[in-house]
Amino acid sequence: MTAGIPTTPPSRVSTALADARARLTGGDLGSLPVVVGLIVIWGVFQALNPSFLSADNLVNLTLQCAAVGTIAIGIVLVLLLGQIDLSVGSVSGLAAAILGVGLTQLGWALGVAILVAVLAGAAIGLLYGALYTRFGVPSFIITLAGLLGVLGLQLKVLGPTGSINLPADSPIVLFAQSWFLPPWLAYALSAVWAGVVFLSAALRRRRRIRAGLPVGALGWQALRAGGLLALCVAAVAYLATDRGVGVMFVFFVVLVIVVDVALTRTVWGRQVYAVGGSVEAARRAGIRVDRVYISVFVLCSTLAAVGGLLAAGRLSSASLSSGGGDTNLNAIAAAVIGGTSLFGGRGSAWSALLGIAVIQSISNGLTLLSLDSSIRYMITGGVLLLAVIIDSLTRRSRAAHGQA
Amino acid sequence: MSTATPPPLPRMDRMPALAMRGISKSFGKVQALTDIHLEVYPGEVVAIVGDNGAGKSTLVKILAGVHPADAGEIEFDGQPVQIPDPTASRSLGIATVFQDLALCDNLDVVANLFLGREIAAPALEEEEMERRAWELLRQLSARMPSVRVPIAALSGGQRQTVAIARSLIGDPRIVILDEPTAALGVAQTAEVLNLIERLRERGHGVVLISHNMADVQAVADRIVVLRLGRNNGDFLAPDVGYEDIIAAITGATEHARPMPDAPLPGPHPIRPTR
Repeated sequence: MTAGIPTTPPSRVSTALADARARLTGGDLGSLPVVVGLIVIWGVFQALNPSFLSADNLVNLTLQCAAVGTIAIGIVLVLLLGQIDLSVGSVSGLAAAILGVGLTQLGWALGVAILVAVLAGAAIGLLYGALYTRFGVPSFIITLAGLLGVLGLQLKVLGPTGSINLPADSPIVLFAQSWFLPPWLAYALSAVWAGVVFLSAALRRRRRIRAGLPVGALGWQALRAGGLLALCVAAVAYLATDRGVGVMFVFFVVLVIVVDVALTRTVWGRQVYAVGGSVEAARRAGIRVDRVYISVFVLCSTLAAVGGLLAAGRLSSASLSSGGGDTNLNAIAAAVIGGTSLFGGRGSAWSALLGIAVIQSISNGLTLLSLDSSIRYMITGGVLLLAVIIDSLTRRSRAAHGQA
Repeated sequence: MSTATPPPLPRMDRMPALAMRGISKSFGKVQALTDIHLEVYPGEVVAIVGDNGAGKSTLVKILAGVHPADAGEIEFDGQPVQIPDPTASRSLGIATVFQDLALCDNLDVVANLFLGREIAAPALEEEEMERRAWELLRQLSARMPSVRVPIAALSGGQRQTVAIARSLIGDPRIVILDEPTAALGVAQTAEVLNLIERLRERGHGVVLISHNMADVQAVADRIVVLRLGRNNGDFLAPDVGYEDIIAAITGATEHARPMPDAPLPGPHPIRPTR
C-alpha cells in the first residue's frame, strides 16, 4: 500500500470498536483499568455499607479528592518526563504554614498570603529545576533532600506554637468547606463543558475535511458529548439531593482540564511528551530540554503549594502535620494508579482525577467501616502495587506487540 | 515543498552544492582526517565508503557541526562557510540522519516529523501537520500504514523513512544518511534505497555513508573511498567494478591520491570472497 490519503473514511462504529480492541490487546489500556477498578471498589463498599454511595458521602468524597488531587496533577507532569518529586507533601505543608502565619500573625490580606505561598512553591520548583539541569543530579535525590529541607522550613515558619487555626470566616475556609454551586449553575457548567467538547470536535472535523483528511462520523462525537452531559447531569442531580457540587471540587476539575489542554494542544505539551519519550531525540530536534524540565518542576511545586492551601482551607488549620503523613505518597500513588507511566512519556492529566478518586474511595470506605488506618495503609499499598504491576505488564505487552 | 524535476546527471561544470577542501581533523594524537576533498552536487548521490576507522563518521560529524574541522575550507554554494555547531549546519541546509534516528517512540509519526518545528497558532495545528505529513510521504512514495500510530509500532524501515522524511521538513540542500540500511532486512533496505532515489529526484544532494557495497552500487552516482583518514579514490559509479572499490578500501591499490608517507606493507591485491 502506498502512502496517500485514504479515500474511504474509516469512520464506522465497527471500525472504531475494532480499533479499540486492537489497542487493548496491544497493551494500550489507557484509563480502562482504573475506571473498572473504581467501579469494583464502589460496588464492594456499597455492598458492605449502604451509606457509601449516599449523596452525603459522595459530596464528602469530592471534597476529599480536591487537595491531594491537585498535588497529583503536578506529579503527573513530572512522571511524564520520567522524573519524580518526593517533596510535594512538604511543599504543600509549607504553603499551609505560610497561609496560616500570614493570615493570623502577620495580618496579611488573604490574596497576599495565597500569592506568597504559591510563589514559595514556584521558587522551590525553580531551585529543583536549576539543580537538575545544571548538575544532572537525579530528581529522586534532589527532591528527597527537598522533602527534608522544606519540612524544616515549614517548622521554622510555624514557629513554636506548631499549630495555627485559620479564621473560620476566611474565604479560603468557606471555599473549601461550605461553598457549593447552586444546582442551576452546576447544570449550566455541565452543558457548557459538553458543548465545548462537541464544538471543538466538530471544528476539528471541519478542519480535517478542509485539509482533505479522513474524518469520523459527527454522530459519534455527538454521542460522546451527549454521554458526558448525561453523566454530569446525573452526578449533579444526585449530589444536589445533599449539599451539591463543591466549588473546590469544580476548581480541581477545571485545573485538570486546563493541564490536559496544555499537554495535548500546545507546543509545550508536545515537548513534555517528547522529552519523556527520548531526551536525546528531543534535544536533537532543537527542543530546549532544560526549559521543559524547569517549567515542569516549577509547575509541580506550584500545584503542590496550591494543594496545600486547599488542604489547609478544608481543615481550617495549618500545623506541623500539614502535608505530612501520607500526603506525599497518596499524590504519587494517585498519578500512577490513574494510569500515568513511571517510565515517562505516557499518561494524562485525567489520571490525577481518576487515581485520587480510587485512593480516597478506599480511604473513605474503610473509614465508614470503622477499620483503622493500619488496614487502610495496607490496602492502599496493595492497590498501588497492583497499578504498578499493570503498568509494567502493559509495557511488556506493548513490547510484545511491537509498540513499546 | 515543491517536487523538483529530476535534474540531469551531475556535471563537473555545474557548481557543487557543497565542497570540502583540505579538511583535516585530529583528536589528540589520533589524526582522524588528513587533507580530505569532497564535492556534492545537487541531485547527486555520493556514497562515502571505507573500512572501520577510515574517517567516515568524523567527516559526517564535521558536516553536521558536531566537531569543527581543524583545517581546510568548506564551501556551500560557492561561499566559504563555517560550521561550528549543529544549528549552523541545519541553517545552512544540511540535514543529517544519524544511525540511531533519534525518534520519540511514544509519539506518532506526525508529531515526530514536526518535532521542534510544530505548526502552532498557538494551539497545535494537527490537521495542517497531518496533511503535510501525508504530502511529504506521498512525494517520497513511502509506505506507511497510518501517520497516527506511535513510532514504536513501526518497522525498522518505516522508522528510517520517518527519520529521513523528517530531515526534509526544513527543505535542506544536502541530506546526509549515516548507515541507513545497517539494521534492515532485504525488503526494508529496498524501501530505503527507493527513498534515496526520490531524494535525488527532488534535487537534494545526498551523502550516503554505508558499509554495504551492494546498496552503494545500487543508488550511488559517485563513490568516494576513504582510507586511514585520506581520500583513496573517487569513482563514477557506472564506471567502477566491485573489486576496484574493495581494492581502494583495503589499500590494495593506491588510487587517485597516493599516500605520501607511511605506506603500508603488502601490496598484494586481496580477492574479495563472495
